[in-house]
Amino acid sequence: MEEGRIIKVSGPLVVAEGMSSARMYDVVRVSDSRLIGEIIEMRGDKASIQVYEETAGLGPGEPVYTTGEALSVELAPGLIEAIYDGIQRPLDKIKDLIGDRIERGIELPGIDRERKWHFEPRVKPGDSVESGDIVGVVRETTVVEHRIMVPYGIKGTVQDIKEGEFTVSDQVVTINTSNGTEGITMLTRWPVRRGRPYAEKLSPYQPLVTGQRVLDMFFPVAKGGAACVPGPFGSGKTVVQHQLARWADSDIIVYVGCGERGNEMTEVLTDFPELTDPHTGEPLMKRTTLVANTSDMPVAAREASIYTGITIAEYFRDMGYNVALMADSTSRWAEALREISGRLEEMPGEEGYPAYLGSRIAEFYERAGRVKCLGTDGREGTLTAIGAVSPPGGDLSEPVSQATLRVAKVFWGLDSTLAARRHFPAINWLTSYSLYLERLEEQISEITAEDFGDLRKEAMQILQEEAELEEIVRLVGIDALSVKDRLSLETAKSIREDFLHQNAYHDVDTYTSLNKQRLMLKAILDFHHTALDAVESNIDFDAIMKLEVRDVIARMKYVPEDEKETLNSVSRQIKSAFQDLAQAVGGEEVA
Amino acid sequence: MLKEYRTITEVAGPLMVVEQVKDIKYGELVEIEVSDKEIRRGRVLEADGSKALVQLFEGSAGLNLAKAKVRFLGRGIEIGVSMDMLGRVFDGFGRPRDGGPQIIPERKVDINGNPINPYARTYPSEFIQTGISAIDGLNTLVRGQKLPIFSGSGLPHSPLAAQIARQAKVLGTEEKFSVVFGAMGITFEEADYFIQDFRRTGAIERAVLFINLADDPAIERISTPRMALTAAEYLAFEKDMHVLVILTDITNYAEALREVSAARMEVPGRRGYPGYLYTDLASMYERAGRIEGRAGSITMIPILTMPEDDKTHPIVDLTGYITEGQILLARELHRKGIYPPIDVLPSLSRLKDKGIGDGKTREDHADTMNQLYAAYARGKDAKELAAILGEAALSEDDKRFSEFADEFEMKYVNQGLEEDRTVEQTLNLGWDLLTLLPVRELKRIREEYIEKYLSDVRSA
Ligand SMILES: Nc1ncnc2c1ncn2[C@@H]1O[C@H](COP(=O)(O)OP(=O)(O)OP(=O)(O)O)[C@@H](O)[C@H]1O
Ligand SMILES: [Mg+2]
Repeated sequence: MEEGRIIKVSGPLVVAEGMSSARMYDVVRVSDSRLIGEIIEMRGDKASIQVYEETAGLGPGEPVYTTGEALSVELAPGLIEAIYDGIQRPLDKIKDLIGDRIERGIELPGIDRERKWHFEPRVKPGDSVESGDIVGVVRETTVVEHRIMVPYGIKGTVQDIKEGEFTVSDQVVTINTSNGTEGITMLTRWPVRRGRPYAEKLSPYQPLVTGQRVLDMFFPVAKGGAACVPGPFGSGKTVVQHQLARWADSDIIVYVGCGERGNEMTEVLTDFPELTDPHTGEPLMKRTTLVANTSDMPVAAREASIYTGITIAEYFRDMGYNVALMADSTSRWAEALREISGRLEEMPGEEGYPAYLGSRIAEFYERAGRVKCLGTDGREGTLTAIGAVSPPGGDLSEPVSQATLRVAKVFWGLDSTLAARRHFPAINWLTSYSLYLERLEEQISEITAEDFGDLRKEAMQILQEEAELEEIVRLVGIDALSVKDRLSLETAKSIREDFLHQNAYHDVDTYTSLNKQRLMLKAILDFHHTALDAVESNIDFDAIMKLEVRDVIARMKYVPEDEKETLNSVSRQIKSAFQDLAQAVGGEEVA
Repeated sequence: MLKEYRTITEVAGPLMVVEQVKDIKYGELVEIEVSDKEIRRGRVLEADGSKALVQLFEGSAGLNLAKAKVRFLGRGIEIGVSMDMLGRVFDGFGRPRDGGPQIIPERKVDINGNPINPYARTYPSEFIQTGISAIDGLNTLVRGQKLPIFSGSGLPHSPLAAQIARQAKVLGTEEKFSVVFGAMGITFEEADYFIQDFRRTGAIERAVLFINLADDPAIERISTPRMALTAAEYLAFEKDMHVLVILTDITNYAEALREVSAARMEVPGRRGYPGYLYTDLASMYERAGRIEGRAGSITMIPILTMPEDDKTHPIVDLTGYITEGQILLARELHRKGIYPPIDVLPSLSRLKDKGIGDGKTREDHADTMNQLYAAYARGKDAKELAAILGEAALSEDDKRFSEFADEFEMKYVNQGLEEDRTVEQTLNLGWDLLTLLPVRELKRIREEYIEKYLSDVRSA
């Protein structure tokens, strides 16, 4: 281990000399408190180091120790249900060890070395295996089967494999390779700044069903896709991310709280063990890993947290799972990048961000995707990445938003006006988009019904019409509109209030299956069509608007999924309401 | 003996460079002996070889490069904590300002604190009754929350903050909040208003005040809120007290930060504020909260005056990105003579949902809150429409909503400086106002509550 000396300390940046044998992105230990740092620039024998812990009290002359290793995460059973800081130190264990606050210089492995897991072989001696092949499994939680894979770069025949209770550092498989025998444990490491390898990248084609009506119906994201959620403060980014972490039909969730509030992580930690996953009936925590680098934690570790999270996510993808990663907020990560860049005295680009901001953001989102995994079984895995963006003043012309929009295929634009009206999720239906829309339509129709795409298109048309009509109303008043136009306005309002508006805190409303979504939208449009006919046969508009069946439509969101009969009956109720109305009117005429 | 240096080579603005120094540490406290009588303080901002860049807290006036002596104290900025702090007034750097004696500290604590492990937090959920309807009814505050007041110059944020401090209580307990008050760059009169108010109500016995006035050194402001928060943490997490921290005015604080950043010629972020302003503010605001296994709590109300009433100004914007909602004061309401001039539509308490309802406030709270909110929003829209197209353009319903909006401002939002409404009073007042609207329009309230509460109000 080589030893350098600190010559300069400036915030999270330390410069050390005598580091000629170190390499870029190596991890170092700074001072005798052994603070963790990473080399981010080399000039001669001088290394600039970003330190992942508070640097107050460090000074020139103190030692720096190289480790010769890149910043890596540990990958093994024990990841699920864990809560880590930005460099994968387990926060629950830190609390047990030192109490309520995070002090520096704590060294704790990401994976528990003592805990035993039941390892079940999937291959037998004599089988030939290569990188990515699944040699055995561990039931990590009630929902996650952790698949132990042959590490990258190893190929050969199985010499020995054991079933039984093992710790992650026990050898479970021995493989004969051309370079001698390799002992394999359940623990591997992977450098976070390098994407994990796969056999082939494929185009995403399946929807990530989120149970959020505005997302699934109008702006769906594909499993393996990349989406961004930009919006000003208080517009609902975190609630959207939490809702996805709760309800998305993903096998694994990796939630990265990057430079945001401590209480938001606490909320996940308290809620997720209590909430049931609608797909498995098990607590949501059983499929979730948390990475939390809150805004009061050291800024350099915030930069690393995104990579720690996505590497863990890739690892589960490689097992053949559908994984979804949420990062809240990527803007805080970009700011950490900016702060370090400023200390390095790099030439700043726009708004002080480094010139490489765009490429770093692109690299991050490119790690999402649907892939054919390594290994001979040809299994597929997906990694969906969803990043929140927090533009200053909500103004999307700033560098982080712009760089993100260039790479993310789905844009859920949160709107402060909608949020101020408490229309949640405050996703602006006129500006948001999903480039996966066409591709996913077939799949979604298969799950629900043929007419899904048509319902969507018509509803969107009515919403667009509303925007134009409202302009007219603002100028000349509602009386200038034809009855048909007024009906369109009412239907648009119903789409907004009865369909798009979704209360994350309501037991039933918080999640809606695709089938129920279709029924809800169909009811609204059925009403619209029937009302159009009625208007054409000169039935009084106000009488139509007073029909009680409209309340039935409005209340559909609160009808539990299993009350199928109630949900299915709405279309019938609409029909008979109009029949009654026509009769009543006809009756009057006769009388 | 600490080594003394007479090697200051540069003083510029709030910064000073000392050369040929040894064993300096980043962040350590520095004493500068300007003369026999005067010692000033600073902090190491950068330790570069044998050169230290020092931030001066009390300005550089009268400092002579050759004569001044510099000592590096080997520790960060600390404050001595003790229960004797209660009832006392300190300056922005923790020295007594009330003519009283120095306190004998139980212990000295670094003012920067360590981050709270999110795993150790408890989610805030206990309702605080402030006695102010616009807050209790619609933007409910809970214990451990950080909820700023976004104000403007000339608006009554100080009376509002003082009223909250006076009236805040948790239902079912007689326990009063302790108040830690951190003033940064406010005027003597404003500070005096708080001190007199705390004296008058006896709250001073449970209060600790740190006061940096407009004519005190601006750079000292950078440590003032951290002094206050360290004191608050001691009271809350070691002495089991429920502490309300009022920080005013964050805008002045951020300007001091900008001054240091500019002097260092750092690449600025928006409007000249340093790129790390978010992180810096977060390191203060995140010190609010509840911690598992600790009886006490820190609830924080930072006050910001928005430059030119601009909500997108970086100080306001970044605060909004960190805090758990905001109370926004509106000049328009103030002009109408409404106190407190809380604009409820853009105001928000993000933690309200877990603090209200059956067993906390009342079962009908959430529904009526949503209904009042929606009705007021609609009423305001109607009024706007009427302003363009004339009253005649409004439908019958819209007219009633427009009327409702006026009544709502006059009766619900508006209240006396000394008026302490119970949450029942606030909720009933809400029902009272809802009688102005047709029942069929009360779509956000469950039928059972309409039956139960509306008839009560009607018959009363
Ligand atoms: N779907 C929803 N249902 C009900 N309320 C919602 C919903 N979405 C957002 N809200 C409300 O909006 C508030 C703010 O949402 P959120 O915390 O997600 O904002 P944000 O965009 O993450 O803000 P910041 O950038 O400051 O973190 C929530 O506390 C909640 O009151
Ligand atoms: Mg958020």
